[in-house]
Amino acid sequence: MAMGVPFKKSLSRFFVFPEIIAILLAFLIGALILVFSGYSPLVAFSALFRGAFGSRNAWGQTLTQATPILFTALAFLLTFRAGIFNIGVEGQFLMGAMASALAGVYFSGLPAPLHIALSLLLGGAMGALWGLIPALLKVYLGAHEVITTMMMSYIASYFTSYLVNYPFKAPGWVAQTENVAKTALLPKILPPTQLSLSFIIALFLSLLLSFFLFHTYFGFQIRAVGLNPGIAENRGIAIKNRQILAFILSGFIAGIGGGGEILGVHGRFVDGFSPGYGWDGIAVSLVGKLHPGGCILASILFGMLRAGGMTMTRVTKVPLDLSLIIQALVIILVSAPYFIKAIILRRKDF
Amino acid sequence: MSKILQTIGLTKSFPGVLANDRVDLEIEEGEIHGLLGENGAGKSVLMSTIYGLYRPDKGKILIRGKEVVIDSPHTAIQHGIGMVHQNLTLVPSFRVWENIILGKEIKKGLFLDEKKVLRQLEELLKVANLEIDLRAKTEELSLGSQQRIEILKILYRGAETLIFDEPTTVLTPQEVDQLITTFRSLKKEGKTIIFISHKLKEVFAVCDRVTVLRKGKKIGTLPIGEATPEKLAEMMVGRKVLFSFPRGKKPGKEIILKLEDITTSEEKGKVALQNINFTLHAGEILGIAGVEGNGQRELAELLVGLIKARKGKIFFREEDITSLSPKERIKRGIAHIPEDRLRRGAIADFTVWENLIIGFEDQPPFVKGKLTFNHSFLKQFSSQKVKEFEIDTPGDDALLKNLSGGNQQRVVLARELSGNVFLLIASQPTRGLDIAATEYLRNKLLELKNQDKGIVLISADLDEVRSLSDRVLVLYEGKIMGELSPESDEYQFGLLMGGKNGNGGSI
Repeated sequence: MAMGVPFKKSLSRFFVFPEIIAILLAFLIGALILVFSGYSPLVAFSALFRGAFGSRNAWGQTLTQATPILFTALAFLLTFRAGIFNIGVEGQFLMGAMASALAGVYFSGLPAPLHIALSLLLGGAMGALWGLIPALLKVYLGAHEVITTMMMSYIASYFTSYLVNYPFKAPGWVAQTENVAKTALLPKILPPTQLSLSFIIALFLSLLLSFFLFHTYFGFQIRAVGLNPGIAENRGIAIKNRQILAFILSGFIAGIGGGGEILGVHGRFVDGFSPGYGWDGIAVSLVGKLHPGGCILASILFGMLRAGGMTMTRVTKVPLDLSLIIQALVIILVSAPYFIKAIILRRKDF
Repeated sequence: MSKILQTIGLTKSFPGVLANDRVDLEIEEGEIHGLLGENGAGKSVLMSTIYGLYRPDKGKILIRGKEVVIDSPHTAIQHGIGMVHQNLTLVPSFRVWENIILGKEIKKGLFLDEKKVLRQLEELLKVANLEIDLRAKTEELSLGSQQRIEILKILYRGAETLIFDEPTTVLTPQEVDQLITTFRSLKKEGKTIIFISHKLKEVFAVCDRVTVLRKGKKIGTLPIGEATPEKLAEMMVGRKVLFSFPRGKKPGKEIILKLEDITTSEEKGKVALQNINFTLHAGEILGIAGVEGNGQRELAELLVGLIKARKGKIFFREEDITSLSPKERIKRGIAHIPEDRLRRGAIADFTVWENLIIGFEDQPPFVKGKLTFNHSFLKQFSSQKVKEFEIDTPGDDALLKNLSGGNQQRVVLARELSGNVFLLIASQPTRGLDIAATEYLRNKLLELKNQDKGIVLISADLDEVRSLSDRVLVLYEGKIMGELSPESDEYQFGLLMGGKNGNGGSI
């Protein structure tokens, strides 16, 4: 209350980006936690930033980590815009990854570009199929998508696990498929890091999705259905149709993401290779304000916390969990913009 | 009588807007004081300042002659001032009594002392002459009942002066009558009431004195005995306002719409229409009167194609459209102003231009090629509509929710009337609009009539139906009770609306 009016005004102008404040605040709280646990935040954070952006390789690491969650964020965002809470992105991602892996292993004799395209598209198609099932259940039987997509995720998780443990298991004691053919591997774009063409595909899909949502009538109808099904119905928009379309496209994007991860990073489907990219995608999508451009930035932020966190752990012995704590704080604080405003301005009349 | 509440030179500005400009307001103890003004006149800001939600830039607030500083609603209630907001602030899953005491609980150890609370509240109900089931679940109650909870909430906290911010906007006509009765019994208990409204009829029904604001300034205060609707409307709008409309030309011969023995099936939460027959001609306004919830919504939905007829046929310009989808009907020239603007008419989080094209978004020239928007045409289209319908907006990129209700309705109207329209179904078209916006809309309906369009006007406002329509049908429990000329007296309307036919027997 002691602050003068001009200062407040300049602060509120700053709030065009309340997310930035939220992120800074998350780091601040992280720093406090570090201090209380007996670490130096300065040392820890400088290691974290060096690990994330300090060199070409660091950038490569960060963007590699950002890639799969950018795909899953876009997938979640598309259904969310249609008013559907598709929390089954993880399942669509895994099914896509499996389809791409099998196509990579068992097709042979194809030229590289064709083999890659075919494997990725099969991944996308498998993801789309995994999205279509809950879509049909919702539209024709009224089954709520939160339940069905979550269950579909579990099915995908155990089903792919079964496939790599039994029918498609490569010899050896690890549950994984054979390596995919060389012709199916996505080119690395920043050697020696793992960053592959998959990242470029994700960026391209972000642009495409943005164009789709805001410059085509399909996107317009999907957004209208999501915001207000009542008027969409009134003005003759085929609601069910558009919801199914959103689900299919969402699954397709997630599936390509899964395929990109296999063909770009792992080279084979390894049981449990996803630490929950589908779930992280939901958070990235929300932090990115449900906009493709925002998702790019948010995925890089999350990628930075993962990549930098590993360096931090190596250099300073601060556990990797701190990165995850900061990540969680970002999610909480970004989803509470009013809380942030209230803290900073301490005004009553919000 | 003494002055219970007074403001002297109260001024409050927001960036770019002078919301209250040196307002002197005097409220006498025990009166019902109407505060009138168009949207944006500064009524809500003035009351929010008194209630402690805003701090005034300049000026004083006096309570019983003593200057006070009210810096929060908490302080306001300590000074005996309570406010019932337009948007209710209740917890839907709570029981009624829980909502009333929320924030001022009576505890017994760790728990609420339910018995004691209920005893106290029963007492309060008796004093305030209000009826409500204290143990009912809040979300299951009508908006009128929920509003009563808000009233009880502030009475429970000891309010002497009760401010109501446009309480009737969300209510049905019957609920409005109930609220007015409540006002009277509160007055009898010695409470003071400030009633914000822009509906003259309600103000005349209950207020002792009125103060009119316009563009942030106080225009005047007068006893209700010295006021006439024309005078108050002129004070509010700043010019003479039309109350009666020239009826325009006689309807033509061409039949626009014909319903033959339409019956719809019974569904949960819907009124089934039964054996509906009527004809609408070009250049005719057909009024549909009736107490709300007697099939008006269903009739509108039937005509636009959202409900299918179980029996009977609908003809539109000699074509059988009974089984056509909403989309096909829009293409043939059927337009619709839905009764619930933000639920069925427009999207609050869409921009003005996006709202203007919903339903046309997939047709040339709005799209070029197969999929992509033709942005230059969209731009041109929307700025032309904004101009033609005098939509007051910072730009066609502004979000609809940032526009006033009247301007939102203009956006809906502009969209519905683009294209070659032959029939307009207008459901409660002026609900929630202020005087100037209402006048604009009514004029527009007459303009359409004079252009030989057919109009079905569904309205709970009997005065509106009678002043605009060429013929009036009265709907009761899904049936047409009879047809009246708009000149018939109110008593006849009342009988039909109550389900009694002209012979005095009930059906």
